[in-house]
Amino acid sequence: MSGAHRVVIVGAGPAGIRAAETLVAASVRPVVIDENARWGGQIYRQPPAGAGFKRSAATLYGFEAKKAEAVHDAMAKLLPKIDYRPDTLAWACEQNRLDTLHAGRETSVPFTHLIIASGATDRIVPLPGWTLAGVFTLGGAQVALKAQGCAIGSRVVFAGTGPLLYLVAYQYAKAGARVAAVLDTSPLARQAAAAPRMLSQPSMFAKGVYYVGWLQAHGVRIERGVTLDRIDGDDAVRGIRWRTRRGEPRSLDCDAVGMGFGLRPETQLADLAGCRFRFDALNRCWLPERDAAGRSSARNVYLAGDGAGIAGADAAELAGRRAALALIEDIGIVTHRSAQPDATKLERELARIAVFRAGIEHAFAPPVNAAQHWPDDMTVCRCEDVTAGTMRACIRSGLATEVNRLKSLTRIGMGRCQGRMCGESAIALLAAETGKPLADVGRLRSQAPIKPIPITPMLYDDGVHVQPEEAHDE
Amino acid sequence: MNDTRAGVSHFDVVIAGGGLVGSSTALALAKSGMRVALIERRFCGAQASGVNYGGVRTQGRTAEQLPLAVRARRVYGRLPELIGIDGEMVVSGHLRLARREADLDVLDRWSAMAREHGVESHVMSGPAFRQRYPWLGPAAIGGSLCPSDGHANPRLVSPGFAHAARRAGADVREQTELSDITFDGTRFQMRAGRERISSDWLVNSAGAWANRIAGSFGESAPMKPIYPNMWVTEPLPLFIGHSLGVVGGGIYARQVERGNCVIGGGRGHGDGEYAQPSTATTRAVMRDACALLPALRDALLIRTWSGVEGETPDGNPIIGLSRTTPRLLHAFGFSGGGFLLAPGVGEVLAELVTQGETSTPIDAFSIGRFSSMPLSVTH
Repeated sequence: MSGAHRVVIVGAGPAGIRAAETLVAASVRPVVIDENARWGGQIYRQPPAGAGFKRSAATLYGFEAKKAEAVHDAMAKLLPKIDYRPDTLAWACEQNRLDTLHAGRETSVPFTHLIIASGATDRIVPLPGWTLAGVFTLGGAQVALKAQGCAIGSRVVFAGTGPLLYLVAYQYAKAGARVAAVLDTSPLARQAAAAPRMLSQPSMFAKGVYYVGWLQAHGVRIERGVTLDRIDGDDAVRGIRWRTRRGEPRSLDCDAVGMGFGLRPETQLADLAGCRFRFDALNRCWLPERDAAGRSSARNVYLAGDGAGIAGADAAELAGRRAALALIEDIGIVTHRSAQPDATKLERELARIAVFRAGIEHAFAPPVNAAQHWPDDMTVCRCEDVTAGTMRACIRSGLATEVNRLKSLTRIGMGRCQGRMCGESAIALLAAETGKPLADVGRLRSQAPIKPIPITPMLYDDGVHVQPEEAHDE
Repeated sequence: MNDTRAGVSHFDVVIAGGGLVGSSTALALAKSGMRVALIERRFCGAQASGVNYGGVRTQGRTAEQLPLAVRARRVYGRLPELIGIDGEMVVSGHLRLARREADLDVLDRWSAMAREHGVESHVMSGPAFRQRYPWLGPAAIGGSLCPSDGHANPRLVSPGFAHAARRAGADVREQTELSDITFDGTRFQMRAGRERISSDWLVNSAGAWANRIAGSFGESAPMKPIYPNMWVTEPLPLFIGHSLGVVGGGIYARQVERGNCVIGGGRGHGDGEYAQPSTATTRAVMRDACALLPALRDALLIRTWSGVEGETPDGNPIIGLSRTTPRLLHAFGFSGGGFLLAPGVGEVLAELVTQGETSTPIDAFSIGRFSSMPLSVTH
């Protein structure tokens, strides 16, 4: 039935797995490409096979253990019916073809239909000292715990904002790590004000309340509405300094900091696939356009999960299913309605979660004016070592009013991360300096490879063609 | 300079296209006291001028391009004084590599020809060559070094000229589309964004899009869009001493001070408006590049890119007066070799406007040279 169609899913987190499941139910055998060694994505990350430690699902995933197991089991059942390619990086997309790298081998994967479920990474708002050894993203701190069975330090401070801040602190404390403090830049008042919207997903809201309560009951210091001043240390983290809600200076010794300010969708692949982008005020970044079903503006390219806009793991499962249904409809496969989830119901559920997300984004908004206060000598782009001062000088001279120009002139975003980590900072600083809204200072265009790739594997592709004569420039 | 019609700004010269040609022309004209408007529909130096490889290369140029190339090379020696920055210009020398015996003959012939234009180069091969360049792979059997050549950062140089033009008094307008361009027998009339403007002279330096403007005056040049494919590695210890090319073209490589190796060759994709790199091309060029530079094999690729450029059938640009319209100057179709030439072209065009002639021979670049060509090559 699907002989003429070659469906590829990128990402084996909740969105990718549910999309695959829905496709398989319609007798489509998708290729599932995932950068991780085992399925589950970031939220339901599994310890590597033979990790040398055993932690139960309940320990690893807490309240989410049941959901994690359900997603893991769903994927396990799918394995015979899909072409699963773990440990595989999709690093480029052009003309209905993905370029992938797996175990030192390059493979080109053609597709007729593509579902992008690329997930998210932590949003980073830099502060002085953020490049010291011992500073991790919250996601990185979670990977250490879930995949490596270790903590990022022996006395850890979690700083930033967002629900993940409390979850990771809870997970660390539960695992026996010493959590010295949780420093939240969002004031409690704003979190309270957003509570009605967050109650649209009451169980999620309740969990957030539970983590905070648990941490408090176990004597973990929690401060809200703080302003983070700097992370101290020479080579490695020695402590952190901040000001309280009332502006009183505080400091604390620690040897590691887990930091994050909410999540940032990984949109590079959608960009390379030719999707049109729009500025999303809620996510405070540029996102690929999509309809309620997950169809992008590019033909036969579908988007699901946090990679298309942060909505969390539950929404990712729903959106993965919904996008797959759209795909099935678009290629003209008729299925028994009873065998498949109901599209309208999925969309209604997604809309309800969107209300909750709006509450979350409001309650845990990243510090808006941070860029104004970045000291000139602070590194913003760590790959190319570009400081806030260098960028400011460039902007103030009138040379750069747009972020791609700022990139050209200062090298911000031109290094190994290609702006994945620092791009938002560049936009924030540009907006702060020019007084323009974030939406009006441009968008960093993605360029392959999405992540750095070694050159050697590129040399062993049998399909290497010879350059045509007319392409012989000098 | 006064316009009789109210609300119309009049300029001595309007320049269509804020690439390196347009920007350097604007700078030269503004410095000579002319009232200049430089109109760019996106951002100055953000197209081919700003994203090219960055070769400041006279070596390998044809005899008809050499006088212009030599003039342009002199401009690159004066960047700090002209635009206030060095543009990361490095006089590294350009090493053009031979991969077969016959290539050495090509290099010898060029070297003799270029010497007549005052460009020195010396051809090397055999053990002396190998000893001097231990970092080159066995695929390179010899080469010709042109010590006066080098490389610069187009991302800095091209916007730098536009900025300098603005400081010199040019009216530089970005994100402004030119439309309704006509010649009323005396002046050029047009719309810049919403505003009506007029000029005595019009410079068409719109790069891959220049035929749109030429077309307003019943002219066109056979030119097709090309999308040169480029990529860059993570920073590596410095080892590529010169800017590199090969006889016959197809690969070019340089290493910037920061350590990144910038490598180009072959073509990406595009639709005439936007360009996208091609992984198939990147792979093909990588294989050849690694044969010449084995150390690249251990590097990480961090970025690929392309840009939209106009290519003519003979690989030479179109520079000079229109054949249909007085005081219309064309300068486009640089066919992938414009980064060096452009600031020289700026000086030449400024001379044509202010003195009616130029000391640099440009007859070979006339738009009229294609008139005998079959129409089928026109795109």
